[in-house]
Parts: sequence; C-alpha cells; structure tokens
Amino acid sequence: MPFSSILFDHPTPPLDGIQPPACLRDLNLDQVIEAATAPKKDYDLQPFFYLPLADVETIVYRQEVARDLQDNTWRGHIGAFAEKMAAARRYRTMAEKLNFEYHKKGWFLESALTYCEAVENLAETLQTTPFASRGLQGLREYVLAYVQSPAFRSLAEEARQVKAQLAAVKYSVIIQTGRFSVRRYEEETDYSLEVEKTFARFKQGAVKDYRVNLYTGTGMNHIEAKILEFVVRLYPEPFAALDRFCERHAAFMDATLLTFDREVQFYVAYLDYIAPLQEENGLPFCFPEMSEARQVEARDAFDLALAASLHYEGAAVVLNDFELRGAERILVVTGPNQGGKTTFARMFGQLHYLAALGLPVPARQARLALFDHILTHFERQEDIRTLRGKLQDDVTRLYDLLQQASPRSIFLFNEIFSSTTLKDALFLSRKILARLVELDVLGVWVTFLDELAALNEKTVSMVSTVVPENPAERTFKIVRRPADGLAYALSLAEKHRLTRAHILERIRP
Amino acid sequence: MNVFLLYPDHNFDPQTPLPPNAEDLTQDLALETLWQAMAQGDKFLFETARLVTLSGSQEMEVIRYRQEILQDCLKNPATVRALYQIPIEAIENKQRCWLGIFSHYPAGILSSAVEMLEMLVGLLHRLRQIADEHAAEFESPGFRRFFAMIQQELDDTCFAEMEAHLRQLRFRDGVLLSAELGPGNEGTNYVLRKPNTPDGLMKRLLSRKSPTYSFTLHPRDDHGARALGELRDRGVNLVANAAAQSADHIDGFLTLLRRELAFYIGALNLHEQLTALGHPIAIPQLHPAEERRHTYRGLYDVCLALTMRKRVVANDGDADGKDLMLITGANQGGKSTFLRSIGLAQVMMQAGLFVPAEEFAANLCRGLFTHYRREEDASMKSGKLDEELKRMSDIVNHLRPNALVLFNESFAATNEREGAEIARQVVDALLERHIKVVFVTHQYELARGYHERRAPNVLFLRAERQPDGSRTYRVRPGDPLPTSHGEDVYRKVFGKEG
Repeated sequence: MPFSSILFDHPTPPLDGIQPPACLRDLNLDQVIEAATAPKKDYDLQPFFYLPLADVETIVYRQEVARDLQDNTWRGHIGAFAEKMAAARRYRTMAEKLNFEYHKKGWFLESALTYCEAVENLAETLQTTPFASRGLQGLREYVLAYVQSPAFRSLAEEARQVKAQLAAVKYSVIIQTGRFSVRRYEEETDYSLEVEKTFARFKQGAVKDYRVNLYTGTGMNHIEAKILEFVVRLYPEPFAALDRFCERHAAFMDATLLTFDREVQFYVAYLDYIAPLQEENGLPFCFPEMSEARQVEARDAFDLALAASLHYEGAAVVLNDFELRGAERILVVTGPNQGGKTTFARMFGQLHYLAALGLPVPARQARLALFDHILTHFERQEDIRTLRGKLQDDVTRLYDLLQQASPRSIFLFNEIFSSTTLKDALFLSRKILARLVELDVLGVWVTFLDELAALNEKTVSMVSTVVPENPAERTFKIVRRPADGLAYALSLAEKHRLTRAHILERIRP
Repeated sequence: MNVFLLYPDHNFDPQTPLPPNAEDLTQDLALETLWQAMAQGDKFLFETARLVTLSGSQEMEVIRYRQEILQDCLKNPATVRALYQIPIEAIENKQRCWLGIFSHYPAGILSSAVEMLEMLVGLLHRLRQIADEHAAEFESPGFRRFFAMIQQELDDTCFAEMEAHLRQLRFRDGVLLSAELGPGNEGTNYVLRKPNTPDGLMKRLLSRKSPTYSFTLHPRDDHGARALGELRDRGVNLVANAAAQSADHIDGFLTLLRRELAFYIGALNLHEQLTALGHPIAIPQLHPAEERRHTYRGLYDVCLALTMRKRVVANDGDADGKDLMLITGANQGGKSTFLRSIGLAQVMMQAGLFVPAEEFAANLCRGLFTHYRREEDASMKSGKLDEELKRMSDIVNHLRPNALVLFNESFAATNEREGAEIARQVVDALLERHIKVVFVTHQYELARGYHERRAPNVLFLRAERQPDGSRTYRVRPGDPLPTSHGEDVYRKVFGKEG
C-alpha cells in the first residue's frame, strides 16, 4: 500500500468533531495534552489525542515511529522541516495580498525556495539518519520519488538561480530633507564601526542593545516601492529572470507532504514534552507490551502531569510499581492522606491511555491491557452540595458508569463516599465492588476503608507509606502489603546527619 | 579600562552571589550597624559596604592590596572624595539628558546619546585633571596603577577623536546608506556609510558621474516624508546604537569607579566617626588560614561602640595555636559582646578594612559561620532543637577546612546532658577537620568535658567577675566553673528580697 499517513497504517479516519473522552480531566491528562500541544497550536493536534486506539496493529505502527523519533537527532530534523514548511506557507499567503509587483514576486520566490529546501533536507535526512519504523520507510520511498521528479527539480534549480542574481544587487540611498537619490554602492566605509572603535576602551561588559526593532510588518510603502523601481532601472537583468520564474511555477506544494507535516507533530509534541523529564530528571519512559490479557504490570511508573509540575519546582518524583497476576483485577489502595494514593490511581489510568495512543508511557517497563473505556470517579474537594444530594449524585453517577462498563473496561475510583457515614460507605462500597468483581473489570480503588482491601482473590491491597523515623513525612511510595501504620522515632541528630561520624563524612578533609 | 581598586586583577562584580550564611552573619554580628556608620544615610554606600564585607576575600594578597589603598585614602581623604564626585555627577546629569534614550526612534536615541556623550567626555576631562595633579601623592600599587591608566588611555589624541565624532554624529548634510535586496525584494542590511570624499561631504559625492536616480517628495506628501524618515532611521539605527552604547561604556566605567570607591568612602566615614568617639583602629596583621593565630589588644565590639556612642569595654588576649576558644561564665558578663567583637574583626579584616582594636593579628579563615541560639521560632512546624540542628546541618553543607565557626549558646534547647553531647560531637568533628571554633556557653557540662581532656589546642576563657559579684564585662583566660551566675541576674532584677 502506498504511503498515506504517519499515524495510521491505513488512511487517516475522519476526526471532525471528535470530543475529549470524559476520563481525561480526572487523569490530569487534559493538562498534559494542553501543555504538549500548546507550542504547536497551528497544527490542531488535539483530535489525535482524543482517539485511543483499540487495535494492537496500529499501536505498534505508532510505537515504531515514536521509537525512531525519540532520538533527538530525528526530532531536530523534523523540527527544521516543520519550521521551513510553516514559513513557506506563510510567505505564499502573504505574496497573494501584496500590492507592488516585484515585492509580490519576491515573496513568491521566497516561498518556493523555502519549500524546496524543506523537502530536500527531509529527503537527505531520510537517506542518512537511521530508522526502523514502517512509517518512515513508507515516507522515505514517497519523498525520494518526489524529489527526483522533473517538476520538482526544475522548480528548485530555477528558484536558486534567480535568487542568486537578486542577492548580488547592492545600492546606495542618500537621504536629505524631502528628497532622496539611489545609485550603485561604491565601497564607502561603515561609520558605526569607527564610533565603536573610539569608545571601546571604556567597555566593561555587555551593555543594552539600543537598536530599535524597526520591522514594519509586511508591505512596502510608496517610497520603498520608488526606490525598488530605481533599483530595477539600475539592474534590469535579475528582475526579468524573476518574471520568467513566476510564470512557470504557479502551484508547487504536495498534498501528502502537507498531511505528513501536520501528523508527525503529534509525536513531536509529546516527545518534546517528556524530553526534559527524561534528560534532566532521568525519569524512565518505555513502550509497553499491549494485549487483550487482563494481567498487567508496570515498574517504576509515575504520574506524568505531576512529574511535569514537579519538574518546574525542581522536586523529585517518586516511582511506583504495580502488578495484577492471575485472577487479580483490582488494586485497593489505603493508607495515610497526602501519601500519593490519588496520584497512584491517576498513574494507572494515564499509562493505559497513553499506551493506547501508541506513545511511550511514564514507566521503566510495562505490560498493559487494551480497553474500550476508562471509567473514572474522583471525589472533588470543592464540592459543597448537601451530603444527601451528593450521595444521591454519587450513586447515580456510579450507576451510569457501570452501565457503560464491559469486561474490557478500566475503572478508577478515588475516595468515593468519603463524605458519607462509615456504615453507608461500607455498605455501598461492598455492593459496587461486588459488581465490579462480577464484571471482571480492571482498575484501582482508592479508599479509606481498610475492609475493602482484602475482599477476595481479585483484590490486591496496596498501602501508601511513611518515613519510619519521621511519621509526618511521606515517601509517596505505594507498596503491596496489608494496611498498617508503623512509625519509629530516631534521634534528631541522627536525622539531621550531625553525629560526629556523619559530619566527618560530610566535610571533606 | 579597568578600575581594579578592590582586586589587583579584576573588577568587583556586585552580582557575585553572597555566601550562603550572609543572612545569619548580618543578624548575629549586628552588621547593619557597621554598614549604617559607613553609609551615613547613603543607600549606595550602604549596599556596597554590605556586599564587600559579606563577600570578604580569602586571599592574603587581595587583602593587603586593599589595606594599602585604604592607607592612601586615610592620608588623602579630600582627593579621594573629589574622585568619588565624578561618577556621582554623571548620575545626576544622566537623569537630565538620558530620557531620550528610551525613545522609539533611532533619531531620538542618537541625539540624546550625543548629548550624553558630551557630558561624559567633560567628566573624563576632569578625571584626567585630578590624575595629573594628584597622582604623585599616592603610594599604593592600586592607586598608582589607576592613575597611570587614566593618563595613558585618556591622552590628548583620545579626546580629539571623541570630539570629532561628536560633531560628525549630527549629520547636518544628510545620510548615506548602503542596502541590499532581502527576501521579497525588500531593502535590507542598511548600513550608514561615511562618504568617501576627502572632506566627507555629501555634496561632493552627488556631483560625481555615476547613474543616479533622484526623487523629490511633494511638499504635502506627509506619508512619504514619514516613510523617508523611517528609512533614515533604519540607517541611523546602528550608529545611534553605537553612540548610545559608547555612552553606556563610559557610564559603565564610571559606575564601576563609583562602586569600588564607595567601599573606601565608607571606610573614611567609619574612620571619622570612630576617631570622633576616641576609639582606636588598627590595620590587622594577616596570617595564612592554615595557621592558628589570634592576638589582640584593646579589641572592642565596633557595633556596640557605635550604638552606645561612648567608650566600651575592650579585651586583650592571645589565642595563638588554639583551635578552640571555649568561653564560659556569668550571664550578661560580656561573653556575647566578646564573641561578636571576634566575628566583626574577622569580617572587617577579610574585607580589607581596619579593625576595632589597638593591635590585632589573626589567621584568615575559609568562610566565617555563626550558629546562634535563636529566641524566636516563627513556625510551629519544628521544635526548637530541631530548628537549631537544621541550621547546623545547613552550615555543615558549606564547611571546609580552616573555616571559622562561632557558636553562641548552641544546642541548649534540650536538657544539659543531651545538649552537651550533641555539641561535643559537632565540635569534635569540626576540630578534626581543622575548623576553628569559638564557642560561648553558660552550660558547664560541655566545658567540663573539654577541660578534663586538657588538650593543648583549647583555650578556656571566662567572663570576669569581681569577688563582690559585680561584672567587669571583660573576658579573661579562666577555667570553667560549675555554676553559672543566673542567680546574680535574678537578684539584680528582683532586688535583694527576691
């Protein structure tokens, strides 16, 4: 099949009017998508992030491409291509709106030059930079055929010849009050350099730049147009060549390359977003193994949205593991507040969602399940409705979620029923948990109810932990073990590493 | 051109980060009082005194270099103050003619820059004049180099060149620009050129034979006139930048001169006040950081002297060869004042200042740290001892051999036995790492431990107490005594019947 898309191993499906899945907000992936796509607004990438894939084939097609693009060299090349394509499009649009003939034609030439460079560089990259994906292989065949076509070659050669002639033109303008003259340039010396030289002896370091940014936007006023007219009279040849070029090459951009230019930014946006976390914080990312099996596991995983915000504060990220073996389906997380339980639940959902987009997930190693829906119910603290109204809403919402659920679904419940009475909470939780177990769905349930932790062989108990020496301090580690609350007290000096032995170790002789 | 009045080989950089303990030093040694005396109400002098004293040098040559300059200043205060006036005037005049530099038009920038340059060149004339008249009266290598540089760099040729530019930069007969065709055939790379006619006049250039196309604007073509002005601006842009940056360069040089002189002006101010109050000063004798020296005669707490505005208690002593000075004795007996006088003298010495004493000799230290017991604990998060230990741990992060650490009643926020144990562990480790320690404590338990060891590198000092129980506020050699003198204080406050 000829190459058509870098995102799909089949033609791109229609994405018009696609809405973000409801779980994105609870997973904080809305922040991730927003931040990742913000630098690339012009490409309208969000729809691609709203379509988690359900087939392993396409996921693997994407994983291959993403793996290639994880290499910074590759992303650098794609970035350069994108920049040039954007400029070419911009010049083209601009040329259409201008008034003076040689100004218009000048920008048309610029657009063609930039486009040719973009395409040629891409062809060069595809030949010299190693890759392994089927996606880039398809692209390579397509681009190489294109750059060798006679139409493209004459476009590129003629554009360069005309540009060289124009660039060689150098002229002088003498400005006096109410009048100006244009002549050829006659090797007069640069006066600013003379001034700089005289006063350089006082220089202490960099000073302010007083150059005014005089960019006047696009367009040429009648004085500049008049000057250009005089320049055309001083040097008629290059402008005649420009006329000929514009006649011959009216339309020159290729539709498949325009699609590629947009779609490849889906990978770049995400990989650029995670790059500082990988490079500066050393956080692990991996391509998960995907299947229909319900046994999942991840090692050294983390919440991507949290890691990104901690990155700006310079704080460390805690890595956690999870595993569901055999008949195990549900992770029940208990333990002290502010211990990272919610983060853990989010992380579980994020890993699955990102994996279904065919992107690298925040973990060292992972084996994950395909899904039809991620169903989330997170308690929101700002909720101020009456208890009774709230409980009613909660139960209704859970009912709706369970209606959508199938054995291929993933659910994430976070502190539901926390504002109701213990007796009610326990009763309702048991009921709902029983239904989930019956459905055989996969998920995480964060709760303050220890009783839920050891319900049956399908549930696994996990606990957020504290620092043994200082129970007030959280480790944000969630570990697989029955609920407990152990705390140990050590001497303060030990804690501050101020014993004699510690100090001797800390101060180098 | 360089000023080099604080370092023999580089200029002072006010952006240099202060040492991590700057805030503690300021508070514990009451440094603000010192800076206020140096500043005499001037914010800039205050800031300079602060930066230079807090970032004192650890290099013997640098400190000696400053000491010699300081001695020149003490001999020639009037000339030094006249020099200081030059940058001060530049600042005052700048506010008058510098506004145009924030213009959005190169033409506006150019004319203010030229005006500014004229003013600054005038001040440079005066600088040269002071150098010509007074250079011979200065002896320090720092000042001799400075004046020689002024005479060399600001010679008559230099002034002639600068003045020629100031005339040319007015562009009375038009401007000549060269240009090329950029993207979209728009004119680009506008460069202002000097006409290559013998007299540099535009008229001559236009009368030459070479194809020329001219255009005269219709008198009512305001839009065209504005466009032509914008084009002129494009050409003038770079030269306006060159002129404005030149003015900045001179200004930068004067700013530097101001910054470095400000430190010595502060020293002169401080000297005048101490002299008026009848306090002695001494240029300290420096010893390498690896040695253990501390000999002082008439050492007083300069901040206390400045606050009390009268003579204060001074101490004599000799702690040569000692790694630890352990000061015990009566509460309110002058222990803290003595500790502060040790700290202040060290700070002033390493900044290159004179010290408040009749005679003073000490080894330099690689970083001065203070660990004082803090009365207030702003946050309820951590207990008092926890807070003290946290501060100590921060200090340890920055300690290296031959640092000096001053402790004042540290680790006393727990029972005496525990506090002493923590203190002993800390102090032992520091001594083992060749860090010099001065420790003030009213707790007998800690002092007893060291006393029983009879180590030769420990000096025991005690706040002096007369047989009648009254204090002299002097600190003298003396072994620790098992009781403190809180009872005295109590009696003094509550009266005899208490």
